[in-house]
Amino acid sequence: MYLLFILLFPLLLGSFLLIAKPAKAFGLALGGSIIELIISCILLCDANTGKLPTEFISNWIPEAGLKFALFVDGINGILILLTALLVPFIIGSTAGSEKANDAKYQGLILTMQAALMGAFLAKDAFLFYFFFEASLLPIYFIINLYGSENRTKISFKFFVYTLFGSLFLLIGLIYVYLRTPGNTPSADFETLYQTASVLSTKEQSLLFLAFFIAFAIKMPMFPFHTWQPDTYTVAPSQGTMLLSGIMLKMGTYGVIRMIVPMFPAGIANWGNWVIILSVIGVLYGSIIAIQQKDMKRLLAYSSFAHVGLMSAGMLTLSNEGIQGALYQMLSHGINIVGLFFIVEVIERRTQSRDLDQLGGITSASKVLSIGFIILSLGSVALPLTNGFVGEFLLLKSVFDYQLTIGIIAGITIILGAVYTLRMIQKSMFGNASKFSINFEDLTISEKLVIIPLCILVVLGGIFPTVVLNYSQPAVDLLSKWIK
Amino acid sequence: MTPVIALSLFGIINLFLGFTFKRQSLQVVTLLFIICSMALTAMDWNHEYLWFGDMMKTNNLSINFSLIIQLAGLLVVAFSNGFGKDEVYTQPAEYYAILLFSLVGALLMVSFQNLIMLFVGLEILSVAMYVLTGSDKRNLRSNEAALKYFLMGSFATGFLLFGIALVYGSTRSLYISGILYNLSHTAPESLPSFLYAGIILMGIGLLFKISAAPFHFWTPDVYEGAPTIFTMFMSTVVKTAGFAAIYHILDVTFGGFQKNWIITVYFITIITLILGNISAAYQQSAKRMLAFSSISHAGYMLLTVCANQPSTSSNILYYSLAYTLATAVSFAVLMVVAEYQTGRTEKPENFDALNGLAKNNPSLAFAFTVALLSLAGIPLTAGFWGKFFVFTDMFNKNLTYPIIIAVLMSAVGIYYYFKGIISVYFNSGEIEKIETSFLFKIALWSACIGTLVLGIYPTLLKSIF
Repeated sequence: MYLLFILLFPLLLGSFLLIAKPAKAFGLALGGSIIELIISCILLCDANTGKLPTEFISNWIPEAGLKFALFVDGINGILILLTALLVPFIIGSTAGSEKANDAKYQGLILTMQAALMGAFLAKDAFLFYFFFEASLLPIYFIINLYGSENRTKISFKFFVYTLFGSLFLLIGLIYVYLRTPGNTPSADFETLYQTASVLSTKEQSLLFLAFFIAFAIKMPMFPFHTWQPDTYTVAPSQGTMLLSGIMLKMGTYGVIRMIVPMFPAGIANWGNWVIILSVIGVLYGSIIAIQQKDMKRLLAYSSFAHVGLMSAGMLTLSNEGIQGALYQMLSHGINIVGLFFIVEVIERRTQSRDLDQLGGITSASKVLSIGFIILSLGSVALPLTNGFVGEFLLLKSVFDYQLTIGIIAGITIILGAVYTLRMIQKSMFGNASKFSINFEDLTISEKLVIIPLCILVVLGGIFPTVVLNYSQPAVDLLSKWIK
Repeated sequence: MTPVIALSLFGIINLFLGFTFKRQSLQVVTLLFIICSMALTAMDWNHEYLWFGDMMKTNNLSINFSLIIQLAGLLVVAFSNGFGKDEVYTQPAEYYAILLFSLVGALLMVSFQNLIMLFVGLEILSVAMYVLTGSDKRNLRSNEAALKYFLMGSFATGFLLFGIALVYGSTRSLYISGILYNLSHTAPESLPSFLYAGIILMGIGLLFKISAAPFHFWTPDVYEGAPTIFTMFMSTVVKTAGFAAIYHILDVTFGGFQKNWIITVYFITIITLILGNISAAYQQSAKRMLAFSSISHAGYMLLTVCANQPSTSSNILYYSLAYTLATAVSFAVLMVVAEYQTGRTEKPENFDALNGLAKNNPSLAFAFTVALLSLAGIPLTAGFWGKFFVFTDMFNKNLTYPIIIAVLMSAVGIYYYFKGIISVYFNSGEIEKIETSFLFKIALWSACIGTLVLGIYPTLLKSIF
């Protein structure tokens, strides 16, 4: 029942906020998201020890053999944790702004959470697809109702682009699904793995492309990233956090859940090219990030670079690669949400995100600058931060795959340090500009968002085994399909 | 077939009621009539009957089609606000009576067992539509549309009739059962070749009615010229009835000759999809966009006719229902907004006229959005499952290339449907609160909720289709 609860609770609460528009929306939304987090933690712990049933299956469309099936295993457990963990921070980050008690805004965030949860929980491929697409609607409205200049055009591009990609996923899925054994076909992941494993190499290669294009656009991977920087920039901060913190993980999750076990032969055929493209994306994103002045845009490109490394690691099909990608999804989510929040805090006070106009904030707010540095170091992958673990595993897998690609991908750490430290230096240190001269210290609610995130960054770097052990059995099961 | 008799009687009664009753009460009475005949239709559930000298047959399939058609009629009547405020030139009783008569025609088209019955049904429906298209007597565009529709429509009916004659000549029967019997007892070599011409000609006559390209040229002009309420009727009732007939002719009766008609129908389907979607993307007028969108949806439905699988009939039903609900809602919202904007802006049916609707009319905006999302085929709405079932059928038949075209075209579809959503929610504009009648609200909400429910739990109806 917990499974059903964590899917329906944010949906119902979100719809309530959207329809009834209560005055105290902030308290309700934050309280609700914390309850969601607690229940999710209970669910994950119990599922791990085998106390609870980890599946919920009921009929959805029996005529077509589709089931309303939810489940938890080591892989989606991490993403459920990520979603449940980040949303309270995202909602908390509105505190003190005029959006805090905007019921529509909070309602959209919560419905978005429900859609994301649904996509991660789904055990039926079409249920996954259903939520995968449904999640576009709330974020589209968040960007369009609350975004900055030019939002209609940009969010439209985002919407059409991602939907266009997922249509290929749909036809690819139908193709495999119709080949499942039995009177009525089935879209259960396990059945799909079995069916796909007997397809011919040519079919696998084509299907790999159909599936991958959907996820590559969602992540986004080079060269399908053109929607991303603009969308991240015009979206309101919370929208950007949802997009980069959680939504792009739907793409990487999709690769691990579907492409890796279903089309090993397809990956053998195309994997090399895709890994090269990913690594190009890593370098390209990093180099562009170095030249950005807008902090939000800079973080967008950094996120793009990080995702490139994840997709390269996953497609090496090695245990480390998949584990590393999973861990990196979790830590990247935490880091990027924290960093976008800091940008929002700075923007609230100075009305500017331009690195040339900022500086000298360190003296005004110690907590902010320490938090900023810790989160950035996490993003740079310094040892003892959460970013290190994932990035290390990913780079190791790429090195093992092919040395040259590994070396090129390794440059990302240096480039990452360059753009991140440049951002810290230009915004935090130096002389205060006319925009940041009257910088006020953080409020309590802002501290309550930044400090726990920083603690998570450090904890993630010191105790990675907790998470890695959690996902290990499921990843082992997955490797069974690769062979 | 009691509903056919009942609806004809109700229509005549309606004409007399027009002497004494007001608009409002006429509307309610007509609604009751339709509900009554829906109940009569549903009573035959799970029975197979032959009627009128074996010329019609009712079974669950035809009952489902009849119910969808009458539901569309119900929505149209509920959305009609007594047909404008012009007391002198509008006669609500006549319009409601004609609506009921045309429903009779549509019912004949979904349950015919004899080709003459198909012809009679099609003519009853079409003649009623010609009249309703021109019902805005003082409006030049409405007149033009009616004339255009009439000329082209009668020409198409000619094709149908010619086709029927050729089929009759080669199979010596007008009864579907007789045709099937003779076809199965004649060696294919000894069948006259004009049978195939007959099949294609009948197909053309029917494809005209569902506005498949290249027989679609009347659609945008007629849809735009006709009063919106009748455009709604045309795009839902005529299309559903037309598809029921096409399915019956091509898949059931001449399914065995698929190799003779499939290339033609394929070609038509692909052109319909491409032309409908691409032209819709260029429209400035929302009403015209919906006209082209109706062409493109005919393309999707034709795909499943081409696939001709056991599930085809149920998929056509599901698609028709999803399409009917969504189209009715979008035309209804467009209609009230256009009424409000008449006199305020130059082109009350353009997308620009919808700008800022969400601010003071959240429920209208929400319903419109749900309808457009359903037409675009986004999950959570009935339209998604309609497309899903169609694609499944095509894969079962291994029609890979048409699927790719269909997918690309649905991406184009997203583009133009979202133009509507963007103007409603995100463009700035001033629209005051629009007052709508109680019936209008009920119909709007039930169609909107129906779309969502069918989108989340399609089994609800898929299990009985």
